[in-house]
Amino acid sequence: MTLLILLLPLVAAIAVLLIGNKMASRVALLFTVVEFGLTIYAYTIFKQKGPDAFVFFQDWISSPKISINLGMDGLSLVMIGLTNFLLPLIVVSGFNREFSNAKTYFALILLMQFALIGVFMAYDGLLYYIFWELALLPIYFIALGWGGKNRVPVTLKFFIYTLAGSLFMLFGFIMLYYYNPNASFNITDLYNNPICSCNQGWLFWMFFLAFAIKIPIVPFHTWQADTYSESPTQGTMLLSGIMLKMGTYSLIRWLLPILPAGIAEWGPLAITLCVIGIVYASIIAIMQNDIKRLFAYSSVAHVGLIAAGIFALNIEGLQGSVLQMIAHGVNVVGLFFCADIIINRTQTANISNLGGIRNVAPRFNTLFMIVVIASVALPLTNGFIGEFLLVYGIFKYNTWLALFAGLTIILGAVYMLRMFQNTMLGNTNENTQHFADLNWSETLVLGIIAFTIVVMGVYPKPIFELVQPSLDIILNKALAK
Amino acid sequence: MTTLIYTTCLGLFCMLAEVLNLRKLLVPALIIGLSIIFVVNMQQWGITTPASIGSVSVSHMIKMDNFAIAFSGLAIIISLLIFVLSANYYKDEQNQLSDYLSIMVFVLCGALVMFSYNNMAMLFLGIEILSISLYIMAGSRRFDTRSNESGIKYFLMGAFTSGFLLFGIALIYGASGTFELEGISKYITAGEIAPMFYLGISMLMFAMLFKVSAVPFHFWSPDVYEGAPALITAFMSTLVKVAAFAALYRLFSHCLGGTMYYIEPMLIIVTGATIMVGNVTALSQKNVKRILAYSGIAHAGYMLLGVLSSQTNAASSVFFYATTYAFATIGLFAIAIMTFKSNHNENVEAFNGLAKKNPFAAALVSIFMLSLAGIPPFAGFLGKYYIFSEAIRNGYVTLTLFAVINSIIAVYYYLKVIIAMYSQTANDKTLVIHPTYMVVAIICALATIGLTIVPDMLMQILR
Repeated sequence: MTLLILLLPLVAAIAVLLIGNKMASRVALLFTVVEFGLTIYAYTIFKQKGPDAFVFFQDWISSPKISINLGMDGLSLVMIGLTNFLLPLIVVSGFNREFSNAKTYFALILLMQFALIGVFMAYDGLLYYIFWELALLPIYFIALGWGGKNRVPVTLKFFIYTLAGSLFMLFGFIMLYYYNPNASFNITDLYNNPICSCNQGWLFWMFFLAFAIKIPIVPFHTWQADTYSESPTQGTMLLSGIMLKMGTYSLIRWLLPILPAGIAEWGPLAITLCVIGIVYASIIAIMQNDIKRLFAYSSVAHVGLIAAGIFALNIEGLQGSVLQMIAHGVNVVGLFFCADIIINRTQTANISNLGGIRNVAPRFNTLFMIVVIASVALPLTNGFIGEFLLVYGIFKYNTWLALFAGLTIILGAVYMLRMFQNTMLGNTNENTQHFADLNWSETLVLGIIAFTIVVMGVYPKPIFELVQPSLDIILNKALAK
Repeated sequence: MTTLIYTTCLGLFCMLAEVLNLRKLLVPALIIGLSIIFVVNMQQWGITTPASIGSVSVSHMIKMDNFAIAFSGLAIIISLLIFVLSANYYKDEQNQLSDYLSIMVFVLCGALVMFSYNNMAMLFLGIEILSISLYIMAGSRRFDTRSNESGIKYFLMGAFTSGFLLFGIALIYGASGTFELEGISKYITAGEIAPMFYLGISMLMFAMLFKVSAVPFHFWSPDVYEGAPALITAFMSTLVKVAAFAALYRLFSHCLGGTMYYIEPMLIIVTGATIMVGNVTALSQKNVKRILAYSGIAHAGYMLLGVLSSQTNAASSVFFYATTYAFATIGLFAIAIMTFKSNHNENVEAFNGLAKKNPFAAALVSIFMLSLAGIPPFAGFLGKYYIFSEAIRNGYVTLTLFAVINSIIAVYYYLKVIIAMYSQTANDKTLVIHPTYMVVAIICALATIGLTIVPDMLMQILR
């Protein structure tokens, strides 16, 4: 089952490559829907038998020992669920758009899915690292091959920046291996044999750099806005919806439990960076006129809050961060899809050139509205519970930090509503008067996203139940000095 | 020993083929011959009987241990791939074909001696057989001034270093009274080391570092690589580099290990400088052969890191790294030779728009580039990983961190080619890739991916 979920996207990628350009998007959709079905089936098995049903172990390299150690606990399952839920939507969002060489495009998207699932499943350090790096390749080629005018320098910066972080992580993993008395990359060995706290401080930075660049946490965020605005929409969705979550997921999975003393030493600095990032990114977002860049900076603010909640080291913060990872993943894909619709129809990304779309596209207006209020965290949407828990978690850690972190909700409302007002409300102008309302595939994607937003906002309990046991273990390790 | 004898015979056959008018059979015969030699070579695996010719024992000269057999196997496969390419590459120079091919077989002979020497004299002979053949091959385009320049430059520098090598060996002999590796090793452990001996190993090291093109002895390699015919460049940057490294590694593991305390500081500085200079200089290069020359220098630095770790049997790491490097480089050259030819240009621009002209070839080039850059899931990553973890095990933590930072720099120039292929517009020159080149590239790509999936196949044999 585990292996099937992991390998199906890889098979799908090859199938799409072979099937040709015309049918590529449809075949990709078929595979991603089947994959999502499998994930739901895995969820029902998980409910009955727990995580033991998904363990897969196979020796791979004998020295230094690396094994193919896969599994799904609640946390992994939630992240895989998010990936497999978003992928069909991302594929559908590419319908009715022209891509040169569509088969390669969709094959790369599916390859990306394979790598992302691998990251969330791998319980062996080096295997995890290989998937982590593998995820970089398809997204790089997607952005390089189908991106905007300025793509070459932007993607180069993105690639080198993130690879730099990863290589430090590789170094960190090799050091962990040799410091570990069992000499192993296996996650349970790493959890159960904490290394000398004298070495944890600098090892913390090796890992934190990799994650902070990926998430991104200010001041490591400079690659992000450019890459988001230059990538094709599906690439941006993959990056913001799922790939960022690799970073926050890895903080929880690999950093907290393995280097508790490192966290104790540097955690306060990290959380301060996160909170600075929240305020800083929110303020920049307020100044943005380009709709994609605005969403990019709002994303920096949101994930900054998620990371801050993780470093708060309490159960509320962790629960909030997991829930918000899911919520943000769903919302940001919705936001970038709306941005794509607007840019595609009006040929402008500048919000001051837009306005009055509500008058000509009521259906789009309603759905866009739901996504926007979810990202400003209004009650009854999925954003609310996550952000509330996160701010509460940070509050338990430090009141002042919570005060600044809480600003994100206010500032978020400022830039989001300003954007909404400028694009949707007011009078139509020459850019927007011929704005066609949503077609069926767009309605389907946004409809599903809006529906999920409300359902998650009203009834988030299944997610909490799923991740609670994993988070308890991780928190225990993280607090043990 | 049989491997070497058969290979020499094959070289002689190549020379005779011209006389016997067997030119058409030449390349197929070479390929079959080398395949047989490969099998013969592998059959000696694990057999510890001393090397002999007939009833005459030559075990003082040559020792076919597993290390030698493994590297010989790799060298034979590299040569096989190169010879497959040579059929089409030399199709306009048919009347010289047998000369070229026989000289290339003799390069392989030299390499085989360098893998298995048990005596300083044999080391010198191996290096000379290999180098003299290469001087000729580098200058083999008689009417091309750059090829001439390349040959002369290589010859002058190489001859100069051979002097160092000989002088070093003579001094070592003067101090220890023997040419044999074991004897010298015993002399070192005995403890009373004459000052002359230190001078000797220093000169020996200079010469060897020149052969592997380590900084500061690297200046010849970009010029020679650029001027030589592309196929010979491929040959030099793979087989010759692997041979030089195996010889250097053997020197440490069989002989000079005891003097590590003396060589180590020098070697650490050289390793760091090699990695850094190779990568940083490659950043600003436009000519693909020069980029590969500098990247080859940087890779030499990573392999030196493996040589530094020779106290703990890092042979398998070096072997794995050399294999991944060789496959990626040959595959890259297979496509690059065709691209250069159709564009009459050896700069990065030659690759412009390759993704549109021939997406499959572009994908292959990307695989090789990413493997050289050490990015998973390609074998180059595991190679780097093994080298790094071996170095850390030996306590070179700072140097490894330095190497890690440098591999970030390296990504830039590897991506330059990928960017040219995927985001530049294509010119109107048609690109025809001859099937033999494609086959070689595909074999290399399969090896590059396959070695990631089953790395133990190679990693376990030298334990």
